Amino acid sequence: MNRIIKFIILDILKNKIVLIYTLILAVLSWSVFSLEDNSTKGILTLLNVILLTVPLVSVIFSTIYLYNSSEFIELLLSQPVNRVKIWRSLFFGLVISLILSFSIGVGIPLMMYAPSNVGFMMLAVGICITTVFVAIAFFSSIITRDKAKGIGIAIMLWLFFALLFDGIVLFLLFQLADYPIEKMMVGITALNPIDLARILILLHLDVSAMMGYTGAIFKEFFGTSLGIIVAFLVLLLWTVTPYLISLVKFKNKDL
Amino acid sequence: MIEITNLHKHFGKLEVLKGINLSFNKGECIALIGPNGCGKTTLIKSILGMVIPSQGTIKVKGELISKNYQYRQHIGYMPQIGRYPDNMTIGQIIEMIKDIRKENQNLDEELLHHYLLQGMFDKRMRTLSGGTTQKVSATLAFLFNPDILILDEPTAGLDPLASEILKEKIITEKQKGKLILITSHLLSELDDLITHIVFMQDGHLKFHQSVSELKTRTGEERISKAIASVLRGGSHE
Repeated sequence: MNRIIKFIILDILKNKIVLIYTLILAVLSWSVFSLEDNSTKGILTLLNVILLTVPLVSVIFSTIYLYNSSEFIELLLSQPVNRVKIWRSLFFGLVISLILSFSIGVGIPLMMYAPSNVGFMMLAVGICITTVFVAIAFFSSIITRDKAKGIGIAIMLWLFFALLFDGIVLFLLFQLADYPIEKMMVGITALNPIDLARILILLHLDVSAMMGYTGAIFKEFFGTSLGIIVAFLVLLLWTVTPYLISLVKFKNKDL
Repeated sequence: MIEITNLHKHFGKLEVLKGINLSFNKGECIALIGPNGCGKTTLIKSILGMVIPSQGTIKVKGELISKNYQYRQHIGYMPQIGRYPDNMTIGQIIEMIKDIRKENQNLDEELLHHYLLQGMFDKRMRTLSGGTTQKVSATLAFLFNPDILILDEPTAGLDPLASEILKEKIITEKQKGKLILITSHLLSELDDLITHIVFMQDGHLKFHQSVSELKTRTGEERISKAIASVLRGGSHE
């Protein structure tokens, strides 16, 4: 592991917020599983909690951390270090530490109470969502120099993906109910990483009633295994695209 | 060692550098002077690759600096206002930079000793005064024995004793044949240091001359007076 990533991870771990995040995730997971006697029900409840909190913490913590790293970046830039390497190290430093807290906080109770396919899928989905929202944080922190604006953009993006998007989809459904829009809906689902994550879990749980409209279409359209592969590929795209955009901007940024 | 050709830089509509051509050689000690906002710091940051030029090229030791970063191992940079991660201690910063440069031999720790920084190794950067931060910056700039030293307002904020130590250090490094680039407003401080003067105004290069030439041309003994007389002459023309 390169030295800069090591410094960043140590710095983040020294920051108490990540420890508190781990603790909160752990408390949530333990309480969900001890309240529900049925592990499937437990997973569904946990799914909804995770899909709200993990993106929020990932995107906001990363955005603020990036703005606060401006001195660190400046210091490194006067040394013989490649810009791409600095940016990549920040990305992996944040992703690794946030994934670590997710795996400890959620992973351990999950493996104890639901050591099934669904449990592993949940872990994988949580890791993907963390990575995607760290990448989104990189995007929102590079498009403006103003810290308040950058954090605002990060919160707006979270709000959009976590809450507004479903509302818009429902609205479209009611408005266009008379048309055959099923295939289009599958495409629209791919526009929201949180929806994709939800579908990935639900495809495994076989609870069609809870899949929502887009989920049902997704299953019908892709079948289970192809659906999973496509969903993961789209999530990968959701990581790579914002990160690459931010990288290009960072390479040309004046400090 | 450094060659700058037709360098332009604009931030949005604001043109900061308007076609700078300069070349600096080994063993020179250059004073970069000019009024506030004339583009000195932008020029320095362009050489360091922190600011990306809009147009023009910069070569350090014969190599183009765009798409290159290795050349920075030859440069020691002391910023005007050193900005460091708040939570790191002096010791951690120095260790980290050593680690990144992968150099542990052949370190020049003279300033570290003179400034008594070892005693403050566990102080966090946030708690340091402006002067102490400058001492850390100076130490880092000289630590790796770089061939090129770029010092942006080095003595601003340092107490007289510390700035005297720094000046002596600059003179010994100059005698070793290094290229030293200094920006400063305090012309009187530079008298016994520099060999060349670069004067900038509004993003243009006004003149680039050796000190002895300048003195004979103007008939003045002191650099500050010589420059003043050139500028006065310029405004009469």
